[in-house]
Amino acid sequence: MTRIFVPRDAAALALGADAVAAALVGRAAVVRTGSRGLFWLEPMVEVETPEGRIAYGPVAASDVPGLLAAGMLQGAAHPLRLGRPEELPFLARQTRFTFARCGITDPLSLDDYRAHGGLQGLRRALELGPVRIVEEVTKSGLRGRGGAGFPTGVKWKTTAEAGGGQKYIVCNADEGDSGTYADRMLMEGDPFSLIEGMAIAGIAAGATKGFVYTRSEYPHAVATFDAALAIARGEGLLGAKLLNSGYAFDIEQRVGAGAYVCGEETSLLDSLEGKRGQVRAKPPLPAHKGLFGRPTVVNNVITLASVPFVLSAGAEAYQAIGFGRSRGTMPIQLAGNLRYAGLFEAGFGLTLGELVNDIGGGTRSGRPVRAVQVGGPLGAYFPPALFDTKFDYEAFAARDGLIGHGGVVVFDDTVDLARQARFAMEFCAAESCGKCTPCRIGSVRGMEVIDRIMAGDRVDANLELLRDLCHTMKFGSLCALGGFIPYPVMSALTHFPEDFRALQKVAAE
Amino acid sequence: MADYEPWSETRGAEIIAAHIGQDGAAMPMLHAVQAAFGCVPVAVVPMIAEALNLTRAEVHGIVSFYHEFRAHPPGRHVLKLCRAEACQSLGADALAAHLRRRLDVDWHGTTHDGAVTLEPVFCLGLCAVGPSALLDGRPLGRLDPARIEAELDAVA
Repeated sequence: MTRIFVPRDAAALALGADAVAAALVGRAAVVRTGSRGLFWLEPMVEVETPEGRIAYGPVAASDVPGLLAAGMLQGAAHPLRLGRPEELPFLARQTRFTFARCGITDPLSLDDYRAHGGLQGLRRALELGPVRIVEEVTKSGLRGRGGAGFPTGVKWKTTAEAGGGQKYIVCNADEGDSGTYADRMLMEGDPFSLIEGMAIAGIAAGATKGFVYTRSEYPHAVATFDAALAIARGEGLLGAKLLNSGYAFDIEQRVGAGAYVCGEETSLLDSLEGKRGQVRAKPPLPAHKGLFGRPTVVNNVITLASVPFVLSAGAEAYQAIGFGRSRGTMPIQLAGNLRYAGLFEAGFGLTLGELVNDIGGGTRSGRPVRAVQVGGPLGAYFPPALFDTKFDYEAFAARDGLIGHGGVVVFDDTVDLARQARFAMEFCAAESCGKCTPCRIGSVRGMEVIDRIMAGDRVDANLELLRDLCHTMKFGSLCALGGFIPYPVMSALTHFPEDFRALQKVAAE
Repeated sequence: MADYEPWSETRGAEIIAAHIGQDGAAMPMLHAVQAAFGCVPVAVVPMIAEALNLTRAEVHGIVSFYHEFRAHPPGRHVLKLCRAEACQSLGADALAAHLRRRLDVDWHGTTHDGAVTLEPVFCLGLCAVGPSALLDGRPLGRLDPARIEAELDAVA
């Protein structure tokens, strides 16, 4: 029977992929894959033909009889026929290192994984040994993709040199930033690459145990990753003799419980230990005293899943792509009110305008773009005037923004930035772990002050108070939650001041 | 639709015993308790405290820290509606207001007939297909009032 590929990614399921797969059963050999990340075309179905895969999309279950009658299984013409997926401009413009297999392979087939280049990084790592793995990762210029952008090789070296005894690799899969979904897609679409990356990290740092802390809002990622772990153990990719080498490594997945702050690494560690997810003061660094007080590497999913490519293709190949001090590729997640929302993996250095207008195609609503929030709830709102900003850690920081985990959320001209600023404070108040005062109390006071401004009450004095409060939170908070909430608030105030004076004007008229 | 067990001390003790050997056992234990009973019953708190050599206050502190853990079992269906920025950019606030009016519940509330519990969630990673929700764990995207009502009618 002809093989036909239907995504099982949660976003494809949200658009009816299961019903499409059910309609195809019996007519073709249905293989469930991850998503290619072109969400306006999901559910995107691909047929295996002698000329390669031919894609159709977006396919509804009700389209299936017509597609089959038109000769879809032979790749025949139909209004939904998209042609070869690799030739779709959105995919053709990308550089897929980390997401090379996502949407192509069966995520739970280790044979598929091997056939598409999987395990080559780990095999090379076993040849290199710990010291040279760390050198290779350092040379690649890979920086933490969770948001902080800390050099991965340096982190690994610190843990490796932190004395003997039990050490841990902890993978941060608590992807709580709105607008981000790369971790979820990878865990649902190519989980073995994360397992391989963690195993390499384990060898490099001298750790025998890994934990993946996945958020509970991702039930499909949790299930797929658990299934992948069982397969990996069964086939000797994890266990006492990893791929029959002298190294032992195993991984356990733990699930969060709806606390955003647990995406912060020290609070994640406390949660893993079975405590309230409260932030720890640093130092000591987790690399010295991390999980259960032991030396621990904490890396984001994408950081770890990028490592197999770095090892298999070599540090030079990874390092050759990028911009400034941001080397390699970034899976940028285009989200919100966008026509072509999806995962766009590319070297750093594209401008925000290219991402939003050229690649993203402007708003889904058809109205003008007014604001773009990059980097999740702690990221700044940029107006189109800043669209020449390059996607790069330093370039965004220079304009009082951040790229965070790479989420780009687009708003049209119906957005009220005073409301968004208030939401930022409200979110911080709800999610603060409570350990430090600027975040715990400041966020509540911030909400109240913005309420007064929005009500037109002594606007100038209250705006001054809000700026002062943001300053205190930025420099006085223990972690990035309280420390970065001023970014969305202050950017709204700086770039969209008129939204904070709506009622003041009414009162004056 | 989830089928939860009524609270039983024996079952609670079994669940605790099944997880006691794990490092950092509290979270897996609490998840297993909620999966069985639909919530973390007050009666289980001293049992967990005893098992983990913690005070009741400490266990209460853990349970109450995490938004996910409920004090009471939910209705027959749970709708987790995303309230985060990417969904806001596509009208999630208006959708939420509509649903709360239509179901006559506030956040975390259950409809009078016990059919639906409405819970807020901050991001499901469905940010490219918003507004989004999970209905009994099933992802839903590009929601509008008509679509969400059709989905709710279909399970009711």
